[in-house]
Parts: sequence; C-alpha cells; structure tokens
Amino acid sequence: MKREEIKVCVMRVGGTNCDAETQRAFQELGVQAETLHLNELIKRRNLLDYQVLVFPGGFSFGDYVRAGVILARWLSAELGKELKTFIEENRPILGICNGFQVLVEYGLLPGFEGVSAYPEATLATNIPQGYNCRWIHLKHENKGKCIFTSKIPTGKVLHIPVAHSEGRFLFPKEKEQQLLDKLYENDMMVLRYCNENGEYAEGSYPTNPNGSFHDIAGICNKDGTIFGLMPHPERALYWWQQPDWTRREQMPQYGDGKLFFESLIDYLAKKF
Amino acid sequence: MTQSSLYSRRDTPFSLHEINTQKASDQQLLEVSSELGLCLNLQEMKQVQAYFQTQNRNPTDVELQTIAQTWSEHCYHKTFKGKIRIDGKEINSLFKTYIAKATHEINPRWCVSVFEDNAGIISFDRGYAIAAKVETHNHPSAVEPFGGAATGVGGVIRDVLGVWADPIACTDVLGFGPLDYDYNKLPAGVKHPKYVYMGVTAGIGAYGNNMGIPTVNGAIYFDETYTGNVVVYCGCIGLLPLCKFRKNAQAGHVIVVAGGKTGRDGIHGVTFASAELTEKSEEVSRPAVQIADPIEEEKLKRALMEIRDRELASATTDLGGGGMSSAVGETAERFGCGATVDLSKVPLKYAGLAPWEIYVSESQERMLLTVPLENLEQVLAIFEKEDVEATAVGKLTRERRLQLSFEGITVADIEMQFLFKPPESMKTATYPAVSLEEPEFPEPTNLTETLLQLLSAPNIASKESVVRTYDHEVKGNTALKPLHGKYAGPNDASIIKPLDNSWKGVAISCGMNPNYGKIDAYWMAAAAIDEAVRNNLAVGGRRIALLDNFVWGNPEKPERLGSLVRACEACYDIATAFRTPFISGKDSLYNESPMGPVTPTLLITAVGIVPDIRSAVSMDLKTPGNLLYLVGNTYPELGGSEYYKLKGFLGKSVPKTRATQARKTYYALTKAMGEGIVKSCHDLSEGGLAVAAAEMAFAGGYGLEMDLRAVPSKLIARDDFLLFSESNSRFLVEVAEKDREEFEKLMKGKVHAEIGKVTKNTRLIIQGLKRPAVVDAPIADLRASWKRTLSSGV
Repeated sequence: MKREEIKVCVMRVGGTNCDAETQRAFQELGVQAETLHLNELIKRRNLLDYQVLVFPGGFSFGDYVRAGVILARWLSAELGKELKTFIEENRPILGICNGFQVLVEYGLLPGFEGVSAYPEATLATNIPQGYNCRWIHLKHENKGKCIFTSKIPTGKVLHIPVAHSEGRFLFPKEKEQQLLDKLYENDMMVLRYCNENGEYAEGSYPTNPNGSFHDIAGICNKDGTIFGLMPHPERALYWWQQPDWTRREQMPQYGDGKLFFESLIDYLAKKF
Repeated sequence: MTQSSLYSRRDTPFSLHEINTQKASDQQLLEVSSELGLCLNLQEMKQVQAYFQTQNRNPTDVELQTIAQTWSEHCYHKTFKGKIRIDGKEINSLFKTYIAKATHEINPRWCVSVFEDNAGIISFDRGYAIAAKVETHNHPSAVEPFGGAATGVGGVIRDVLGVWADPIACTDVLGFGPLDYDYNKLPAGVKHPKYVYMGVTAGIGAYGNNMGIPTVNGAIYFDETYTGNVVVYCGCIGLLPLCKFRKNAQAGHVIVVAGGKTGRDGIHGVTFASAELTEKSEEVSRPAVQIADPIEEEKLKRALMEIRDRELASATTDLGGGGMSSAVGETAERFGCGATVDLSKVPLKYAGLAPWEIYVSESQERMLLTVPLENLEQVLAIFEKEDVEATAVGKLTRERRLQLSFEGITVADIEMQFLFKPPESMKTATYPAVSLEEPEFPEPTNLTETLLQLLSAPNIASKESVVRTYDHEVKGNTALKPLHGKYAGPNDASIIKPLDNSWKGVAISCGMNPNYGKIDAYWMAAAAIDEAVRNNLAVGGRRIALLDNFVWGNPEKPERLGSLVRACEACYDIATAFRTPFISGKDSLYNESPMGPVTPTLLITAVGIVPDIRSAVSMDLKTPGNLLYLVGNTYPELGGSEYYKLKGFLGKSVPKTRATQARKTYYALTKAMGEGIVKSCHDLSEGGLAVAAAEMAFAGGYGLEMDLRAVPSKLIARDDFLLFSESNSRFLVEVAEKDREEFEKLMKGKVHAEIGKVTKNTRLIIQGLKRPAVVDAPIADLRASWKRTLSSGV
C-alpha cells in the first residue's frame, strides 16, 4: 500500500482534545488522517474504511466514573462488531494517554488472551497525586513485536512529555509478578520510564512521573498491533516542541515522537 | 404604604411579582433594591420609578432584575464610564480619557477590533487574527475557590469564542494571602489562604486541562490584603480566520441559546460583584457561584467552530455576567434592534424557576447565537452532532423594545433606549499624599545569605509545583514553555506557534507590581506596563498589544477612586510612550472584605508577535565563556521591593519608568535579537539584578562571574542596593565573545555594560564595589532555595 493511500481514523467524543495534533502528526508523514466524532462513525458505520484507529488524549466524557471507561463501554455497545473485525484483521489501534486508558478499560490491553471481558490492568491516579505535565525519558523495551516501535532500536532512550493525572499502570497485586512475566514472555513490554542515561526510574519521582508499577509507560497486545502509552508522541514531533531547543546549536528536524508514527506507517505500507 | 403592599403577586401559573414603585418612598425604593439584590442606588431606583411612571404601570420583578443586571458595574462599568471629580477638575469617563485615548492616538493598523467585542482582536498572519481577553473572578473564588476559579476560566474562554476565535492558550494570574497566615487572626467568613490557593489552582488547572487549552503564562503573588480578597485573573488567547468573523445580525434573525442547561446557580453574580464581601457572603452569595462543566464547553466550542467555518450565524456572544439578560440586551442594542424572547423555551436543569431567575441566571457553558432563519436547521443539526443542546428562544425585532414572555404571558416590556441609558454616575476622588519614609539600615555582611532568602521569598520562588498541574503543551504548539528545559527555568513569556504553515509566534507575558501601589498607584501602573512589555521583548516579542485589568477597592470611597485615576493616567502616559495600544480590559471594583480593601492591583497582559519562532530567546545561560551584559540603568529604587519587604520595610523610592528612554533601548535590543546575537535574555524584576542572574545561571546549569563595579548606576554606593534594586527597563543579556563588537554597535547610545562572564565553574560569584565576592554560592544551592518554598504544592 502506498503511503498516501493509508487512511487513519482519529476518533473523538466530547472531551477528546488531542485530536488535532495527532491528526497533524500523521499528515506530516504523508498519510491521510481524518478526525471523526464517534457519533459520525456510528451513523456512517464505515470504520472498516480505515487501516488505523487512533484514540487520542483528552478527557473523554469528562473521565467521569474512571478515566476512559465511559468511552470504552460506549464503543463496545455501539461499534463492537466493526471493532472486532478491525482487530481480527490485525489493523493497528493506537491509544495515547486517555486513549491508552480506553484500551485498557475495553480489555484490549494487555489482552493476554485476546479481548478480556474485564480490564486486566488499570491506570490509577498518580502518586504523587495530581495532574503532571513534564518531559520524561523512556526506554524502548520491545524486542520486535510491537509494530509501533519497529524502527526504534531496543534500549534506545526517548525524550517525550507526559500530561495526565491517571497514569499509574497497575496489575492486580496478587498477580503482579505473574502478569509482568507474561508481558515479557510475549514481548508486550514497550516503554519504561528511565532517566536521561537510560537507568530505570525504579519508581522514583519524577523520573517515573506517576508511580507506575515497574516503571511501565506503554505496552502492546500479544500481536503487537494494539499499543497504548501514557506519554504524548504527537507533542514531540517537531524540533521546536522540545523543551530545550533554544540550547542547541543544531536540532534534528523531528523529535522522538515521530518514530512511533513512522514505524506504524512502515508496517502498513508493507502489510496492506 | 406597608412593606407587604410593595410587592403583589400576579395571577399567573408561575411566580411573577409586580413591584409597586409608583407609590414607594425613597426609603422603600432602597429596600426593594436591597431585598431583590438589585444593588441599584437611589438615583438609579428613582430613574426606574420615573420610567414606569411614564408607562403608567408598575415594573415586574423580571423588569427590575433586567435593569439591575444591565446597569451593574460588571456589565456597564459605571465607574469607568461615569464622571469623576478630582482636585477641582472633572474627568468625563476614565475609560475614554486614558485607556481608549491611548489606543486611538497610537492607532495601529493592526488593531482589528478594540474594546468593542467580547475580546480585543489584532491581526496576525495569513488572514488570521489573534483575539485576547482577560477577566477577573475574585468574588466567586473567595466564596468557593475551586468553582469560582474554574468558571472564571470557562467564562473568559467563552469571551474568546464570542468573537468566533478558537481558544489556543490560557493565562492566569493569582493573588493570595500569605500561605502561613495565622489561623487565629482570620475573621469569620474569611477562608485560609492555603485553602483558597489549593482550590483556585486546582480549579484553573481542571478547566483548562479538560478543555485541552494550554495554560502557558501566569503569576502567583502573595500579599496580606489578598487574604480577605483573593485575586483571580483568567485570560484566554484565540485564533480566528478574519474572513469568517461575522457580526451582522439583523431584525428577524433567530436567537439561539446553546450549551448547558439553566439553573439557579449563578444568580446575581454581577450584582454580587458590585458588593463588598462580608461575613455572610458564604451564606448569601453561594448561589452566585456557578458550577463548572468544561466538557460541555469543549463540545460547545467544536460546534461553534463548525458554525463559524460554514458561516451559518450572524453573531454570537457568551452568556456570562448577567446571563441571558446581558447577552440578549447587548446583542439587540449592538445591532440596533429589539428582541422578543420566550423564556419558557429555555432548557432548565430542574423545574420551578421563576422567569426572572431564568433570565439572569449565570449557569455556565452557554452561548447565544443569532441565526438567519434559513440556516437555523443546519445550526441546530451541528449542535446535535456534538451532543450539545441548542434551542431557538426568540428573535431580534425591528421595534426597539425588549419583550419577554413566559408561557404566553408578557413578563417584561421595556424600551431599549431606557434600558441602555443608566443615569450617569458622578463620583468624587481624592489622592491624599501618603507620608512614607525611606528606611535606614546597615548593609548586611552576608549578601549570599540575603540572596538565598530572596530566592525563597514566595513572590520570587519557583511556581513549578503549580505550573506542572496545568497542561501547558496540549495542542502541541507551545514553542517556548513557561518552565524552560531540564531545570525548569522561569521564562519571561511563553510562545505559541498557532499556524502549521507559518513560523510566526504569539508571545504572551504579564506584569503586575501591587506592592509599588502602596507607595504610588501611578508608578505601580507604569511598572506593570514596563514589566509586561519587557517580559515580552525578552523572548523576542514585537508589535505588542496590552490588556488592562484593574482590581480595586470600593470606588465610592474617594481615596480608592483617586488611586484608580492615578493608575489610569500612567496607563495613558506609558502606553503612548511605548506605542503599545490597549486592546481590551476589564475592571473589578468593590474588592473589600472585613479585612479591608484589596491593595490596588493592575495586571497588564502583553501579547506580542514573534516574527519567526526560530529566533526566540530563552532565559537560561547557554555557553561558558559568553559575555553577560546589563542593559538599562540601575537607580536607588528599592521602595516596595522584595528586598525591603524581606527587611520588614515598604520604603518610598518606588521604581519609576522612564519610558521614552526605555523605548529606544527596547528597539536596539530587539534589533540585536533579530541579528541572532542574543543567546539568552532575562528581565530584571522582583529581587533585581542578583535574582535575575541567579535564575539565568541555575536554569542553564552554568556559573556566572559578575562585577558590580561595572554596573551602570545612578548614585548607588551600596552593594545590596545594586544587587536588589528593582529599577525598571533592565535586562541581562548573554552575548558570545565573537559578537561583542556587533552588540556594542547596536546598543550604542543606550545604557549597557559588560558586567560578567558565563563560567563552567557552577557558582555565582559577584564582586562587590569594595569587597570581593559579596555573593558566592553554588548554583545548585541557589536553585534549591528557589524551588523549596512552594515545592510540596502545599
């Protein structure tokens, strides 16, 4: 498939607010990206016209009840069928920040045995508590499964911002170790918080900005086609979005965020 | 006439009262004003009485409430528009005489709409314009900090939507009492500053974050007088394609109300704003505080932007202070129409609201649109798509009357001409001389310790713990962030790059120096303008527009009004000297509580254009070996300074602004920036030279060696005064050795001097006039002191 034929659906509902910059990131790389309200998708029933589905950041439906949960339930009720086909055809789904919360609430991530009926993990309120907007470092952990990071060498340290108040990745306490092992066994671990030298945060704030278990910042499903992350790659796309660009003599044209979109497009161009 | 016969219930299936003003005595008129919460004075009540006498009938409660809202200080700005007698002369409108006059005299081509709309509009690039508005929400925030602040943000965002602009950034400037205030000293009804601080900052963050608008600029200021009167300024910057700007409503167009439902929250917000806070404010005025729902506003914004782009409506305005009463009335007045509205069509949160309550309710997240009939269906469909409720409630009429009905019964019928002609206010002002003294005290032996203390002073200390709770990067267009780089240095302004196909940026900065106002309101206002402008210039902003927001005490008290006049004089003088026009402004008066009045506070917000964000300048030191220049003269001006405050003094020598001289310096510095030879730049404000130098050093991670003997100064023989004087119009500028000559050439004739060098050695070392190394500290210690005070988020 040619790059310019690829169609990305950036889905929004009331409270989604990172759709424009997410759409822009895809367009910057030469693919077609459209922002569609869920109401429109339900009306048109054309989800399968798109090769990629993206849940951008924001506060879908106000994040009332729990972050992402209302959208997840609404989706499952209204678009469950199409979504099932979408996933079975291994079409990629990306969830950024609130989108990650939606994927977890839907049961798509981690999705050890496919879509789970109940969430198998959660993105709990930050420790320390409260909204936190800052640039952090991430270590790429994936060995090759995740199609969203295929162009990022394993072990590479990335610089990207986070901005959320519910991003503390947790497994049920009693199954914590077992599920963590499973993440590694299936190559589903993708991103972990670390310092600028690549040393894991080991839970220390603010290197790990939210108290996530095992410094987890992003995971994929066992097929590597569904990926959720708390940090915002779309805010680290251009050089001038970097927090320290005025210090550099020479900046690369793009930031680390671009690598995710680039990897995804690479996969699509080959697969479809 | 007895009290009970003053009101008579009409025989209607809903609550509607007639007020027997015809026979009421002066005393009774005042009673009506107070009992119905009208906040109208006797002169105004008598004008109402006279009007209805000519109509040969009594007014309904709906009519009285409508008049009260329209004539309120909040909606009509009686003080700024009225007459003032001071020192034997008469000022006819502070607004026209000083603020608007400055703009008209400067008269820049790039001002698209000033003072006319909900927000000021200036041209930008590629057919786009920038809209800007700043509001205050002090009273509601004093009663309910979270809700008051959140709805303040919501309100100012709607103002920007009201000129069809897409909100792209928010600002907030807050004033609190000292966080360590003694609980036992708080009078009844006054909340502890710490509680107010936590609630207000959380409210601001919640609204902006939820709506996905980056909060990029602001300040937090602590002052004793803010204990009883919290100060909450909320600002919003928007972007609009000028060709889509529609303000051409006419008779026959349908009035649509869209967004949240209407309830009893926010009744009498604007009249509440014209009253002093009392012990009972909590009880009496709680309904005046609205409830915030940012998601509703986010949806509303989406719909409005689509309606704008498809050019389906003829005008829009927000339902803010005064609710429908002000939105409907002002829209009709602006387009030379009248209006008919059926209040029973307005969607309600719950049943049982009286018509007057519906009409004046300030329930949040509502906008009013006027729509040509043929577009109505499409407009309603767009709202439906976004899950937003929208209802046609009436229409504009050719006849110049405001006619309101409820369930088929007329509940108000007033001539527009009467409604928009409140009696002119005449107030008296005095500006008594205050006797202040310059303190005398020996120079401290350890100035390093003094600097560390100053860096920890609440007004100087890092606000990172608050700023990080605001999303300052959503939309991905924040090109210069409020917290800079690894060490979160305090940038002087933020820059937004709003258009994908343009390198132009918008620099947003502010200036506020309430402590100077305790000495002289004129120089306080002058300093606020200078600070806002130089903060903007420091990052590369040009073609600067200003917004003025006054927070003052009760203007009925002549000395309060006197200082307001003084401040306005400075606004005119300095703005014209700088050629920086005012494009929008707002006043919040009556900020008084059982603890006394708020200290006169003028916030100046500056919106500058950065021709190319690639040449933006941040405040952190860049490279060891580079030279450090001080631009501008240092005077013995420590009155109102943070240094004097630390020593327990106010002083008298308030910093003055020498605007004509400063303007020339600013031009030269901007030129140097344009040449790309300014590596970093930081303005000198609270804490003066020493604090600015320390901030540049620890933000960059490099040391600095400076020599006070090189500082251009007038009559200063003390190291501490040189280090901490707060003279205006000064910058520290980093220049590479190789650019020395060019920089010197560009700055020729403007006061400047090379005073130091960036070093690899990570210490700040300052040579005194006579003593060596009067300051010598590792930058890590300086940074730690600066970050400590507010680090825990309280």
